[in-house]
Amino acid sequence: MLLSVEDLTLEAGGRRPILRDVALQVRRGEIVGLVGESGSGKSTIARAVLRLLPQGARVSGRVLVGGEDVLTMDDARLRALRASDVSMIYQDPRSSLNPVRRIGDFLTERMILTLGRPAAEARSRAAELLAAVGMRDPERRLRQYPHELSGGMLQRVVIAAALAADPALILADEATSALDVTTQAETLALLRTVQAERGLGMLFITHDLHLASAFCDRVHVLYAGTVVESRPAADLFADPRHPYTAGLLGCTPELGDPRPLRPIPGRPPSLDDLLPGCPFSPRCPHAEAECETWAPRPVAVEGGVAACRLIPVAVQERSPV
Amino acid sequence: MALRVARKLAGLVATLLATSFIIFGAAYAAPGDPVTFLAGGKENLTPEYLAAVRAQYHLDDPFSVQYGRWLWDALNGDLGRSFQYNDEVLDLLAARLPTTLGLVAYATVLFVVIGVALGVLAAVRGGRTDSTVVAGTTFATSVPPFVAATALISVFGVQLGWFPVAGGGSFTHLTLPAITLALGAVAIISRVTRQAMVEQRELDHVTVARASGLAERLIVVRHVFRGALGPVVTMCGLVSAGMLAGTVTVETVFGLSGIGSLLVGAINTHDFPVTQAVLLLMVVAYITVTTLVELAQPLIDPRARIERSRA
Repeated sequence: MLLSVEDLTLEAGGRRPILRDVALQVRRGEIVGLVGESGSGKSTIARAVLRLLPQGARVSGRVLVGGEDVLTMDDARLRALRASDVSMIYQDPRSSLNPVRRIGDFLTERMILTLGRPAAEARSRAAELLAAVGMRDPERRLRQYPHELSGGMLQRVVIAAALAADPALILADEATSALDVTTQAETLALLRTVQAERGLGMLFITHDLHLASAFCDRVHVLYAGTVVESRPAADLFADPRHPYTAGLLGCTPELGDPRPLRPIPGRPPSLDDLLPGCPFSPRCPHAEAECETWAPRPVAVEGGVAACRLIPVAVQERSPV
Repeated sequence: MALRVARKLAGLVATLLATSFIIFGAAYAAPGDPVTFLAGGKENLTPEYLAAVRAQYHLDDPFSVQYGRWLWDALNGDLGRSFQYNDEVLDLLAARLPTTLGLVAYATVLFVVIGVALGVLAAVRGGRTDSTVVAGTTFATSVPPFVAATALISVFGVQLGWFPVAGGGSFTHLTLPAITLALGAVAIISRVTRQAMVEQRELDHVTVARASGLAERLIVVRHVFRGALGPVVTMCGLVSAGMLAGTVTVETVFGLSGIGSLLVGAINTHDFPVTQAVLLLMVVAYITVTTLVELAQPLIDPRARIERSRA
């Protein structure tokens, strides 16, 4: 197992934890989706994999990368892991690069300063990487500044930098959300290509359930810091078992679909909402009184798990929730 | 590019022209009659003598004619003759300028090095170090220069005897005055450095650098401090430029014969040509320093180069 998050709970001052008993796995060569609304804790999970925790966070559970616990390793090992084993791609490429340094500096910084490669070698490797992510005239790009490149090109640069150290795991945190649609498609295709070519494991974080089910092998749906459903992408899309997953699918418009748009009522919970039972119960159309006290735990469903009290009942009645 | 430089130069000339007019006008409008001083005492004040003096210094001409003559002479390198010393103003300035420039340069080195170091320290360490730096520099600023000067003289000059108490001419003579001058600036610069670094530290690209395994020390140097350089350099330039016009107190207290003490003497004796020349020199120096800082910005921030080529 490349990445294995076990019972990850993270508290940082709010009335409820940011993450509660999160479990997820990423295998080599697999793309795993992580879907949820803003504030659900998606990015916090990705950051926790690199131990970039919020200030004053109390954390329990384990985050194993290649069998080593990221949360307890010493600083030197942690820097080595960040430098060479796990790379992250961020939502906004424009803010990911230091505006006063050249593209070449951004690409070679990690290779020279953390991996200790000679500067000339790092530079030619940087040019190769830019060519590999489909950028023309890489030598010229190396000398340019971030403000001279478009958002799509910058995201290619960020992807090239992520590949610089030959990582085994890529964390793509809303990697395409800030790009326009055509650039988004190109970037997704590029991510898929480099992932397949190098057999990388990828944690693909997005708020777009449709995109996740099209792009990923398996998808975890996150709500208020809890994984509510975790199944193969196709199953999840065709037959969502958790009411929240169904609700997410219901609020995306689709061509040729006669169903009216059904937004999920209510608002996503903030960190100050105390949620003793199922976190989704205040907004759930199927909620019963017991749901408000039922501590969510994964229940086995076809292909994976879902954390809903009503599922056994639903299975018996053969009706989708 | 050529157009931009031309526009910049035209702006500088216009600024200088406007300030020269204000300076000349202010001296003209100031109360008191220079003739009293020129005549050299009350006993000499016969009407004929006064008229002769007025004619000699063209004091009876209309304001615009006087201003025009002064400006034309100044442009030709003739700043006039001091009423008080009966010397060429240019020679007076040339004799006094090195002391003031040396003093300001010395103070600038001190406040840049100490101010930036304290600011970085406060931003990086945070917590108690941060509050100590803020409290200490606030205290240093709130002490008026003449008090600080007196304290420094009594401790390092009189009791310890490390530095000379007054007079100029050498590096050691300038040390205490430079420290006095730099004290207030250290607070400003350390505050600006700290604030800029704290802002930079919150930026996404710093987290990105951290996530790529870069050591914290390198992150501070290559990203946080590098990003904070723009405001820090600007502020250092402004403070340093302001010092050129603010050495009066320090020069007086330490008995340095620089531009500041020359100005005070000139104002007290209604020595118009010297007053005007010193004020104009201060304006020129201020404009020069701020222009240099502005020209340095594109070197610090490549984004400024784009705006420059578009302008």
